[in-house]
Amino acid sequence: MLELVVEILAALCLVAGGLLCFAAGLGIVRFQDVFLRMHAATKAGTLGLMFIVLALCLVAPGLETVIKAGLVSVFMIITAPVGSHLIGRAAFRTAAPFWSGTGVDEDCEVFRVGAATARMRAEKD
Amino acid sequence: MSVMGAVIDGPLAWGVAICGLLISGGILCTVWRLVIGETLPDRVVALDLLSMLLTALLVLFAVAVRNNSYLDAALALALISFLGTVAFARYVERRFRKDEAPAPDPEPKIEVGARDA
Repeated sequence: MLELVVEILAALCLVAGGLLCFAAGLGIVRFQDVFLRMHAATKAGTLGLMFIVLALCLVAPGLETVIKAGLVSVFMIITAPVGSHLIGRAAFRTAAPFWSGTGVDEDCEVFRVGAATARMRAEKD
Repeated sequence: MSVMGAVIDGPLAWGVAICGLLISGGILCTVWRLVIGETLPDRVVALDLLSMLLTALLVLFAVAVRNNSYLDAALALALISFLGTVAFARYVERRFRKDEAPAPDPEPKIEVGARDA
């Protein structure tokens, strides 16, 4: 009986993880610019992976599997934001086009925002 | 119930099947973005998500076949994909800087024989 309940819980986690992974793929196709797509890809993808890891931990035969699965999710949590931040910074500095609904703080000079806003204005006019 | 030779019985098998289909759909969408692209950072983001989804697929496979070996592969993929993302991000920035600079700094001239002095 307990095994059946655990299996049902694991199956629910798997379906939730699969839905989140699909949402990440859908977001990366449907969203308007690089920054919005990055938002969909990183957050939804990481959470989906973690749900699947949780399902694996629920049905794991031993402690070794749980530790390995935990390591996978920990590495993903550490590396995904860093990598996403690097790509976002690179995209911003290379003046990747913004979606028309994006606002820009013009007083911010740290990221050389001048070039990006000039480009945005040129595209609007 | 049996689909294409694979027997699906019990809640866990159904969860694995549905999850695999959904992740495959996500991978297809990501590959589509990787192909049409628009900008180079778009493609890098798509590649990043693709490796993340493949990691998820490997973990799912470990659930399906009850084999720890796939977890080692998932661990390695999670680490390697991060290195690839960092390298691509640096490449994007550096390539733009080369295009952006109107007149690149002239190469410092090395006099013949200077190294020996």
